[in-house]
Amino acid sequence: MIARRELFIFRKQRESTAFNHFFLSILVVFSLGPVVLLGVNSFKSNAEMGLNPLGLPREWRLENFGRAWEKGEFERTFKNSVIYVVGTVSLALVFCGLAAYSLARKNPPGANFVMIYLLVMSTVPIWLYLVPLFFMWRQLGFLNTYHGLILIYTAFNAPFSIFLLRSYLIGLPVELEDAARVDGANELQVLLRVIVPLAWPGFLTVGLVVGLGVWSEFQVAVIFTHNPEMFPVTTSYFKFTDRFGRDWSLTNAGAFMMVAPVLILFLALQRRFVEGLTQGGVKF
Amino acid sequence: MAADNATPLDSRSAQMPNPPGRKSKRKRQWTRYRLMRYYVVPWLFLIPILGLHAFVVVIPALQGVYYSFTDWSGIGEAKFIGLRNFEEMFFEDQSYIDALSRNVQWMLFFVSVPFAFALFGSSLLAKVRRGAMFYRTALFMPFILPSIVTATIWRYLYNPRFGLPTLVGYDKALLGQSDTALWAIAFADNWHFWGFLMVLFLTAMQGIDPVLYDAAKVDGANRWREFWHVTLPGIRPVVLFMMMMVMIWAFLVFDYIFILTGGGPAGATEVLGIDIYKNAFQRFEAGYAAAQGMTICVFAGLIVCVFAFLRKRGWDI
Repeated sequence: MIARRELFIFRKQRESTAFNHFFLSILVVFSLGPVVLLGVNSFKSNAEMGLNPLGLPREWRLENFGRAWEKGEFERTFKNSVIYVVGTVSLALVFCGLAAYSLARKNPPGANFVMIYLLVMSTVPIWLYLVPLFFMWRQLGFLNTYHGLILIYTAFNAPFSIFLLRSYLIGLPVELEDAARVDGANELQVLLRVIVPLAWPGFLTVGLVVGLGVWSEFQVAVIFTHNPEMFPVTTSYFKFTDRFGRDWSLTNAGAFMMVAPVLILFLALQRRFVEGLTQGGVKF
Repeated sequence: MAADNATPLDSRSAQMPNPPGRKSKRKRQWTRYRLMRYYVVPWLFLIPILGLHAFVVVIPALQGVYYSFTDWSGIGEAKFIGLRNFEEMFFEDQSYIDALSRNVQWMLFFVSVPFAFALFGSSLLAKVRRGAMFYRTALFMPFILPSIVTATIWRYLYNPRFGLPTLVGYDKALLGQSDTALWAIAFADNWHFWGFLMVLFLTAMQGIDPVLYDAAKVDGANRWREFWHVTLPGIRPVVLFMMMMVMIWAFLVFDYIFILTGGGPAGATEVLGIDIYKNAFQRFEAGYAAAQGMTICVFAGLIVCVFAFLRKRGWDI
């Protein structure tokens, strides 16, 4: 009886997945097609783009990347973006890590209030505070500086980072920390020698998500930087248009270079990306 | 060893009782140790990031509330003008009303199209074993692309000279016409966004009891009925929660519109985000922009209240 039942389900599933695979493949083409096209088109010449918009290039022009690198001033914008990303990720990991540890393990009086505060703050619309923040930053002389943008990014990412790290830390066994304490470690030593080595997947996930967010960020960057010396990589895009129109081969090559590091990291560590992004519920 | 999770009055202090009625040095030390351990150190760990967050978010937010009642230009003194800004917004400024209606259109698009895509994709993917990981990765991938790259891709695809529309003989610029621009941008954003929803729904679907599916099969349910009567009720809390979030996010949209049309053509895609940006940074009406930002906050609050009300009425969110 059981065997027949299992057989029934098995047959049913075999039958049904062809339908699923068919439509999923269509969705995959819809999702990946434009990305592949971006990659392919970044090798075409601007003239070929009009004649052959969707096919493979007749001639793979590697020099597009060199020209886009120069014209988009990627040398500078890449460097700036790396500084923004590294600065924000390290600040967020250190300070959100401390806060998450405190909330997960120490549970000080007021911890619940802190959690509610973070929850509410992560849903307050950015437009409520963006305009006054801009004028405050101007007064402090923080516009067009690395630390100005890094502080904003760190604060914006704090609620998500603290929540995610806290949920990781709560899952760790408490015995190891106690053992370290019995051996005479102080709080900071416990955190650095016990927690961080155990919870590194959580830290990695948060680092990846925060880093991705900063690398891709556009809105804050465009409002808080006006000096080309400080532009992040996302603003390089504007360099490819002039009065006569858009150079599509350079635009595509530039966009491809912008996204290549992200894609490589994503393919290597996609589980962590998916987990971190879906748990945080953040949107870019 | 639950001592570390417990309140200050935990087992550890009970384990080391002090002799009653004698204020020994040891007791004072112990009190100080406990104070440090349970109050001071945990808060020292919390203060840096909370301070920064308050500095970047809370203080400007409070300032924003204040400025929304002033005619501040962004420089110099702000004069208190009461509710004048709000009066102007709702009764005189047609561009605010138009922008708001575009945000509502954007919201209607985003509570329908990405949810349809995501429910379709996730219900297909939940049944698949072979290649499931590949599908999930591929469909999620657009979500990690920076908005500027997504916008570049779709600007190319919408190109009137050789883009996708030309394949079906349509040679008008989708982004250049008032009646299509907003939907074209929304579709590009949807392409980027729906994979994220799909993964959330997929995770929720994995939590549905398989017995329910077996029961549906025994009852002879087809695909659609199975989806409607088992899958959808099973993931309803996630779907409704995400609907709430998407409705809030619909009022914040900025990136895609700023990059693709900048509010044009002829203001046809000017949403609140763009309007606020222009008021604050181009027209030097920071007080008015702050008031507009306040209204977004109120709308977000209203949306949360509606969902909280529905939840109270027994919808399980």
